[in-house]
Amino acid sequence: MAGSNPNAKPMNLTLKVWRQKNRNTQGGIVDYQVKDISPDMSFLEMLDVLNEDLLRKGEEPVAFDHDCREGICGSCNLFINGRAHGPEAGTTTCQLHMRKFSDGDTITIEPWRAAAFPVNKDLSVDRSAFDRIIQAGGYVSVNTGGTPDANEIPIPKEIADRAFEAATCIGCGACVASCKNASAMLFVSAKVSQLALLPQGHVERKTRVENMVAQMDKEGFGACTNIGSCAAECPVGISLENIAILNHEFLAAKATSNNLA
Amino acid sequence: MFPDSKIPEGPLAEKWDKHKFNVKLVNPANKRKYDVIVVGTGLAGASAAASLAELGYNVKAFTYHDSPRRAHSIAAQGGINAAKNYQNDGDSVHRLFYDTIKGGDYRAREANVYRLAQVSVNIIDQCVAQGVPFAREYGGLLANRSFGGAQVSRTFYARGQTGQQLLLGAYSALSRQVAYGKVKLYTRSEMLDVVVVDGQARGIITRNLITGEIEQHAAHAVVLATGGYGNVFYLSTNAKYCNATAAWRAHKKGAYFANPCFTQIHPTCIPVSGDYQSKLTLMSESLRNDGRVWVPASKETAERLRAGQIRVQDIPEEERDYFLERKYPAFGNLVPRDVASRNAKEVCDEGRGVGSSGLAVYLDFADAIKRNGETWVSQKYGNLFDMYAKITGENPYEQPMRIYPAVHYTMGGLWVDYNLQTTIPGLYATGECNFSDHGANRLGASALMQGLADGYFVIPYTIGDYLAQTPPKPVTTDHPAFKEAEAEVRARVQKLMSINGTRTPDDFHKALGHIMWEYCGMARNAEGLRHAKAEIQKLRREFWSDLKLVGTESEMNQALEKAGRVADFLELGELMIDDAYNRNESCGGHFREEYATEEGEAKRDDENYAYVAAWQYVGDNQPEILNKEELKFENVKLTQRSYK
Ligand SMILES: Cc1cc2nc3c(=O)[nH]c(=O)nc-3n(C[C@H](O)[C@H](O)[C@H](O)COP(=O)(O)OP(=O)(O)OC[C@H]3O[C@@H](n4cnc5c(N)ncnc54)[C@H](O)[C@@H]3O)c2cc1C
Ligand code: SF4
Ligand code: FES
Repeated sequence: MAGSNPNAKPMNLTLKVWRQKNRNTQGGIVDYQVKDISPDMSFLEMLDVLNEDLLRKGEEPVAFDHDCREGICGSCNLFINGRAHGPEAGTTTCQLHMRKFSDGDTITIEPWRAAAFPVNKDLSVDRSAFDRIIQAGGYVSVNTGGTPDANEIPIPKEIADRAFEAATCIGCGACVASCKNASAMLFVSAKVSQLALLPQGHVERKTRVENMVAQMDKEGFGACTNIGSCAAECPVGISLENIAILNHEFLAAKATSNNLA
Repeated sequence: MFPDSKIPEGPLAEKWDKHKFNVKLVNPANKRKYDVIVVGTGLAGASAAASLAELGYNVKAFTYHDSPRRAHSIAAQGGINAAKNYQNDGDSVHRLFYDTIKGGDYRAREANVYRLAQVSVNIIDQCVAQGVPFAREYGGLLANRSFGGAQVSRTFYARGQTGQQLLLGAYSALSRQVAYGKVKLYTRSEMLDVVVVDGQARGIITRNLITGEIEQHAAHAVVLATGGYGNVFYLSTNAKYCNATAAWRAHKKGAYFANPCFTQIHPTCIPVSGDYQSKLTLMSESLRNDGRVWVPASKETAERLRAGQIRVQDIPEEERDYFLERKYPAFGNLVPRDVASRNAKEVCDEGRGVGSSGLAVYLDFADAIKRNGETWVSQKYGNLFDMYAKITGENPYEQPMRIYPAVHYTMGGLWVDYNLQTTIPGLYATGECNFSDHGANRLGASALMQGLADGYFVIPYTIGDYLAQTPPKPVTTDHPAFKEAEAEVRARVQKLMSINGTRTPDDFHKALGHIMWEYCGMARNAEGLRHAKAEIQKLRREFWSDLKLVGTESEMNQALEKAGRVADFLELGELMIDDAYNRNESCGGHFREEYATEEGEAKRDDENYAYVAAWQYVGDNQPEILNKEELKFENVKLTQRSYK
């Protein structure tokens, strides 16, 4: 606890950071030293310090994705010491704080690695494959207007709560980065379950799961072999139960497909 | 002459329906002949882009994010208001209208606010139909809570993640239209200018943030849904990328900017912990329902506490000052945001603040824990307590939280008429980037409502009226105005790249934020504002002569992106100062120390300042022209707010 934090002294650290000019060039690890890092800093604030330093020296700052810095937008995506979002469970990179590290540590920072997530530059990757999977069916087909009164669709609280849990996926891609097959099953299953659980999603449940899974395969994500690293590393706790729901939905859909194409 | 605000005639409750009947419609077969650009894919932009595409228009949607799902809207926690009256506790469209007008300290337009309250009910229906998992009661119907001191329970929520769920709903509707080919989505694409052809908005200039390419895009109309400008203060609860560039560029092309000094400062945020601080985290307002706000009663005790000579637990009850309960016995810890924020600043200014910086007050749950037990508290606020512990490393069950006010929301923005059209015909503004509905202070859970009202239910009607009067001929980028605008954008980018000075964009941004917070933050006065104006002008000159960038403009260059945004903040900041200086009254989030009641509360001047200040750009380094839109109140009586 701060104040009583045994680690409250500023730290000096060695960073091993992946640098890559753009999608078409080879990258490599470059070493940097950062000094006087406060344990109360967030991990990204520590990178801000490095970047300000680099820029002042006339060197290119390290590109990385971030925005809300509150653990909700899903932008931040660093692979820290071999783990997606770093050492603290249930925590996005932006919510990780330097008090989890010690003076003198060496920290390796890499981008997500997956064929479907090409590197833009340094630590920034292209996750538009996730958008295309949602475009393939991650919605209820209703137009604006003409919808019934909200309370005409009662939904048991337990179901609503489960759907909500699935819907909290932040689309960060840590599941893919943590999976040795680079499978996107946890991400896809979160959306499929949310909409399969809710009555609003029932009309299109078969085509939805078929189309989303087809798009997932097309994007080059790997197969799921039920290892579970995805759920273990997911910062918001999306559970493996969703993958079971997806598999069930998928088999049911295949058995009685509405996809006439 | 002030441009017409186009408020429809007739009784308040009938204006919108009459207007919807009177607007011109585009023939269904012709809709596909019109192209509309929507910049921004947060709540306001995604809802507009999806709805316009559903109607048949061809939409091009732009965002600087890598996906629409990342927009700042995702971070909204508390909830969304709607006058459903599901709780049978006396809510109505009129009550929501009244609360919003009063909460905004009588500086918003009656007609706009009434429409907002009217369509609020449709928003909830729409979101539920999309599969947004709002909180529910055991009977399966939707749950509500009362929020931000409202006397009725009209707030719909999805745990502490309402913005996320609403945005994912709008994103799903948008994604569906992308799949149909009706929306073309441009991600990591930053709008850097509006193109105006013969007085009408006809396109935009963008920079691809991955390749650095500058592009021209043409359309029959342009909608800006680019969010608020709270980051002019550097530190705020906004996401790091939130910026004013789109709105500011539109302003410089002729769109008036309204009430720029109206900013909201939220009382319950985690305090600054050091110079490296990059943003501030909001702790939900709901904490004030059970937490008690206090500081040591004397400066001496506070000093000993800060020096670590005593612990907070050692301070006896009689040496604690529960200042909100003391000063506002009727509302206590639940006074509105602006009042709570100002009082926290006051006690810290007196030297009674806590934490190492002295810029914090306690929010204490000891009584709630004693009364109801730790389990009860953790069930109600567990996720917030965890977040606090993660960020500060302190355990809020054992010692009180430290909180301090932080910039949160900007009520000011692009001036729009009743149709949400700016002063540039064909250019519209929706969501937080316009000024329209919140007056001088926004009520909790009303920004999400406004963004979705604008996007789902207002712009689809009002833009049709404009397009119906525009010939359905294809628009192209052939007009010389496109080349000119592109050349200007290129020149500016190259200028930024070529300064080759010594200071980073962040360095300038922090310096600007410091000036704004000190002189145009929670309390303002004429002398401070004059000083701040000179400081900003000086800082701007330094920026353009001493900025340091590396790399090139034809690749991903995040420092360059940042520099462009800071350059615009440096201009907007000065306009905010001018606006605050001009408004010789205190109202809502704008507190001028010279205009206070004897008890130190905000004192409005309805006789002289019941107007919207709409600023008109006339040229670089020239004073902007102030245009006044008089506000007419025909349905509410203006009263002084009192929370004693
Ligand atoms: C921490 C926090 C909590 C909040 N909680 C609540 C709450 O509980 N209830 C409530 O009602 N309100 C809340 N608010 C306020 C509310 O979230 C915002 O006002 C609202 O979401 C703004 O939505 P928007 O669509 O207007 O803008 P944003 O969501 O900010 O979206 C802006 C969009 O514009 C794009 N953009 C901007 N500039 C450009 C450019 N130049 N080129 C291309 N694209 C651009 C961005 O990429 C983004 O897509 C909260 C705000 C904060 C900070
Ligand atoms: S399932 Fe978890 S890890 Fe995967 S994208 Fe969603 S939030 Fe990230
Ligand atoms: S920056 Fe938004 S989740 Fe980390």
